[in-house]
Amino acid sequence: MSVAVELRHISKRFPGVIANKDVSLKVETGTVHALVGENGAGKSTVMKILYGMQRPDSGEILVNGQVVNFKTPNDAIDAGIGMVHQHFMLADNFTVLENIILGSEPQHGGTIDFTSARKKVVEMAEQYGLDIDPDVLVEELGVGQRQRVEILKVLFRGARILIFDEPTAVLVPQEVDDLFQALEGLRAQGMALIFISHKLDEVLRVADQVTVVRQGSTVAEVKSKDVTARQLAELMVGSELPKPSTLGHTRREEITLSLKGVSVPTTTGSRDLLANISFDLHAGEVIGIAGVEGNGQAELVEAIMGLRDYTGSIQFNGSSIDELSVADRHDLGIGLIPEDRQRQSLMMNSPLWENRILGHQRSKPVMRGFVIDKKATIESTRTIMDEFDVRAPGPDTLAAALSGGNQQKFIVGREMSKAPALLVASHPTRGVDVGAQGAIWDVLRKAREKGMAIVLISADLEELIGMSDRLLVMLRGAITAELDPAKTTPEQLGSAMTGAA
Amino acid sequence: MSNLLTRKLSPSKVGLAIAAPLAAAIFSLVVSSIAVIVSKKSPVEAFKTMWEYGTEAGSLMEIINTATPYYIAAIAIAVTFRAGLFNIGVEGQLRLGALFSCYIGAMFVLPPVLHVAAVFIVAMTFGGLWAAIAAYLKVKRGVNEVISTIMLNSLAGGLSAYLLSKHFALIEEGSNNLQTKQLPASAQVPDLMPLLRKLGVQDQPGGGVYGMFFVAVALGFIFWFVVNRTRFGFELRASGLNPIAARVSGVNSKKMTFIALVISGAIAGLSGLPEVLGQTHSYNLGFRAGIGFSAIAVALLGRNSAGGMAISALLFGFLEVSSRSLELIDIAPETYVIMQGSILLSSVVAYEVVRRFKLTLQSNELAKVVQA
Amino acid sequence: MKILRYATMLVFILASIRIITGASDLTSTGTASAALLLSVPIVLAALGGLFSERAGVVNIGLEGMMIMGAWAGGYIGSQHGPWAGLFGAVVFGSLGALVHAIATVTFGVDHVVSGVAINIIAAGLVRYLSTLLYQGGSWPGPSQSPGIETISLNGLPILSGGQYFGWKSPDLLGFIANLNWFFISDFAAIVRGLTGDVSYVTIVAISFVPLAYFILWRTAFGLRLRSAGEAPTAAESLGVNVYAMKYAGVLISGGLAGLGGGFLAIVAASNYQENQVAGRGYIGLAALLFGNYRPGGLLAGAGLFGFADALQLRDSTAIHALLLFIVVILAFVAFRKFKAAKHVSAALSLGSAAFTLWFYFAVDELPGQLVTMTPYIATILVMALASQRLRMPAADGMPYRRGGLR
Repeated sequence: MSVAVELRHISKRFPGVIANKDVSLKVETGTVHALVGENGAGKSTVMKILYGMQRPDSGEILVNGQVVNFKTPNDAIDAGIGMVHQHFMLADNFTVLENIILGSEPQHGGTIDFTSARKKVVEMAEQYGLDIDPDVLVEELGVGQRQRVEILKVLFRGARILIFDEPTAVLVPQEVDDLFQALEGLRAQGMALIFISHKLDEVLRVADQVTVVRQGSTVAEVKSKDVTARQLAELMVGSELPKPSTLGHTRREEITLSLKGVSVPTTTGSRDLLANISFDLHAGEVIGIAGVEGNGQAELVEAIMGLRDYTGSIQFNGSSIDELSVADRHDLGIGLIPEDRQRQSLMMNSPLWENRILGHQRSKPVMRGFVIDKKATIESTRTIMDEFDVRAPGPDTLAAALSGGNQQKFIVGREMSKAPALLVASHPTRGVDVGAQGAIWDVLRKAREKGMAIVLISADLEELIGMSDRLLVMLRGAITAELDPAKTTPEQLGSAMTGAA
Repeated sequence: MSNLLTRKLSPSKVGLAIAAPLAAAIFSLVVSSIAVIVSKKSPVEAFKTMWEYGTEAGSLMEIINTATPYYIAAIAIAVTFRAGLFNIGVEGQLRLGALFSCYIGAMFVLPPVLHVAAVFIVAMTFGGLWAAIAAYLKVKRGVNEVISTIMLNSLAGGLSAYLLSKHFALIEEGSNNLQTKQLPASAQVPDLMPLLRKLGVQDQPGGGVYGMFFVAVALGFIFWFVVNRTRFGFELRASGLNPIAARVSGVNSKKMTFIALVISGAIAGLSGLPEVLGQTHSYNLGFRAGIGFSAIAVALLGRNSAGGMAISALLFGFLEVSSRSLELIDIAPETYVIMQGSILLSSVVAYEVVRRFKLTLQSNELAKVVQA
Repeated sequence: MKILRYATMLVFILASIRIITGASDLTSTGTASAALLLSVPIVLAALGGLFSERAGVVNIGLEGMMIMGAWAGGYIGSQHGPWAGLFGAVVFGSLGALVHAIATVTFGVDHVVSGVAINIIAAGLVRYLSTLLYQGGSWPGPSQSPGIETISLNGLPILSGGQYFGWKSPDLLGFIANLNWFFISDFAAIVRGLTGDVSYVTIVAISFVPLAYFILWRTAFGLRLRSAGEAPTAAESLGVNVYAMKYAGVLISGGLAGLGGGFLAIVAASNYQENQVAGRGYIGLAALLFGNYRPGGLLAGAGLFGFADALQLRDSTAIHALLLFIVVILAFVAFRKFKAAKHVSAALSLGSAAFTLWFYFAVDELPGQLVTMTPYIATILVMALASQRLRMPAADGMPYRRGGLR
């Protein structure tokens, strides 16, 4: 067993933030080495440096004992390093084969030698148990299959050191098992595997060594058998983890939101996007919607907000809102924290005070009639920034300059400012640092006590269980289970989400 | 208060604001000088001649007259640019607006102000209708509005030529020019000389300043106010900045696209009127072509803002008018095209560079705040 | 083959209309020949658009690049012969493209803004240069170049009267075409028009279409270029130089567009004239969209627009007869929509067909000014009818920066 790759005292700074400060890491061949840390701790940056997508400000990288200097990913690839990205880097409109060979195309007299490439890919797939059809368009593949393509991509280039960036984030338990089996196979072949994750139970299951990163620096390097998940968590945060939890029953009599038989028919594929969704939500209650991404949660949000046509009926505070437009529903008192803040709820190149107006351009204090009240808007923005701890120089700051966590806090604050009776929160703490996460949970907790009804959609099982009063599981567009969060463990919830339970 | 002032006028803010136009100006000066040198003349002499001619009273009036239609058309274009759309069909819309307003406007007589208003309305209607074709195609069939509006430009050219020659024109004895019936006096917008005389301005041989100058200024204010201060303007801008977020926030994107294009067409219809109402009083074969395209440059240069476009329109007018004097020193007057072109190109690039720089600056500022 | 079936149907319809209206130009050799000729600049512009957009850069500036190419063709062609003129056209078109590439790829300017700016600048620039040359005495007018030699034509042997090494072969197709037999003669006439008296440049230009397919889908360069337009971040992570690919795509597109412009000046005409390009850059883009960003499709689109362009140059009764053709198409569309249960669309199409039919009978002869509008109307009609289900490259038009966004 030799040291395949070593990082020594790596530092990296970006405008406005120190991503890495003195990070060190040692990975041996034939092992799985996990890198853990909370969101924003600097794990992704370290890996990007190792992969040649970023250059370190200081520090050294050694591969097989030699110091290397990567100027581009090509250099890293040549050195035998391959990265399996968290957000898949695949061209939907290309076939699996085209995606795999891109950049390293085997040639035959000036043209691409598809035959030999295909042969090699099929052989590799069999060798590592990564079944895939090379001539299928990637856009037709499911998540687990796409990941296999990513793995084959790096293997095709002769990688001996593989980096997996949050590989299980979008997988269901069955697919996770498949992945871990593949990892076993790779390890047996002497590969060095680096596994980045924040899912500590999985980390302990599959890794031999664990390195903990906190606020940009390495704080510990331990053997997985010597440590518990709880201890790792505390090392990651340096203190007690905030727990998502709600205390007591604050559910009231009035029904704020009522769905009956809401369906969204399919346009192309096999199954309906939403199939007969019915539930009642009371004031002061949080209903958690669990489910693997792509099973109708996004469509549910769109139906409630009026962004998508549906059949069936939705009632808000007793009256039907089916005929109402998106704007009208906002006005009635339905707030939304959308899934993808940059795409769906911010104008990145505009100042915060203009973003304050977005979604509220028909109500006070932002508006006076049909004219914008700039002074009141700026005041309101300042208030939000103070109350919700949005760290930025002022209301004039461009949204793009803020960190993800601060952007999210701002959005939460903006929605709360009109005290909606119903809040639809879709992945409200995704990609947000732990501090902001805790703050947002606090806000939701207090709002619930004051009588707000909340629809909470999340992929974070702990968040769902901790924050919800009731849990609904969605699979293939329908509600397949209702669970009591007080009696449900994350494992049970995970199984229910895949229909295994 | 003083804090606000220092924040609004801080050196970095002012610096950034003029950085782009300054860079553009320098670049185009260099390129234009090269063009002049290529024709074996002195750039210094060229610019001097242009400046002297351009700042004479008569020229200044002509500059304002030239700039007025550019400005109005640029506003029309800016309405769509802000919404993330591209109405390149302004040329066709203004042509049809001018043609129909002359033809219909000469059919009846109304008291003066009403008559002018009626002419305005006709021009706006036809400009808006022509744009509505492209709007409908975009909203209902997803047809790219750049291509459709450009095709409609050519169509407008052919259509107006056909209508003028076969239906709308009065045949004049011994004249090759086709033109519509003269607009009666009640439909003519008086020029501003009486007002200017009171201010001590001398009469000039070339005529006065078009009365529609005031219309242009008013439009500028209305544009600024609506786009920056009203809900509609906000939703317009949001649709351009982030169409998905705009939709999530409640904006009906199809409605917005349609309305923006039609409004744009209506305003464009007005931009053919200054010359027609102020000078020729009819539509004829000599109707000035190319206003629509220069207006695109004006809008881009002025960054789709009321003030910026005003300055750009005047700049373009200045270049166009003053370059006529170049003929006196044996330089091709068409050199102004090079000047306009290089300004356009360099400013478009410079704005982008400055924007990115500003973002980096803000992120660094943010870092300091966060560390503190 | 589906194409053969559609082509036969089309010829059948046109032949029928010819019999009904007596507009012999609809299926004449001359029209087919002109259609081929005029479709070349559109094909070239569309191919240009293909390379650029596949690399992820929207290129509205094709028109401006064509203008530069046409002008260069006139300037260099009148001085150094047609082939040099074509070469110069490619170079000038690429220069225009270079500006677009620098603005969009390096500086991140909005693609459409840059394209529109280039069109404006190109038009002004060539006007300025023409004036200089006219004042200098070498050009006959301020907006037209001196004449250019023609490039020789040829045709298929035996079938279309081609000349080879001094031997003039028989012209079988021409013979059949003159027999005036329904459908057979029409078909022969069209094929004769497409294969006889064809300029060598035309042949080269059309062969660019399969060549483009080959390059983009069968070579490593093409794969990487397409990846720049589909998934640039993925491509970068695999070591592809995305910037270089985008530059390549844009420069190639400028060269092709320039060649198209040069073709207009040198082959389709015999000198450069202002306003020669007349919107064909945009029509080329429309052909690209019609073809859904694929070489085969854009060729069909360009053929369609070339046909419309050719007809308006020939006989105005042919355009009049074309109205009947439109009636047939609209009726067909109405039928399809009705079968797909899209009743409103079907009604609209049927209504338009009825209106067009009425128009045909109501107007005896289309006025000249409107006839010249045919290609533009055709473009709009085609785009309106065929605009759905476009599969644009996924990252087309998006600004790209190394290392991801921001």
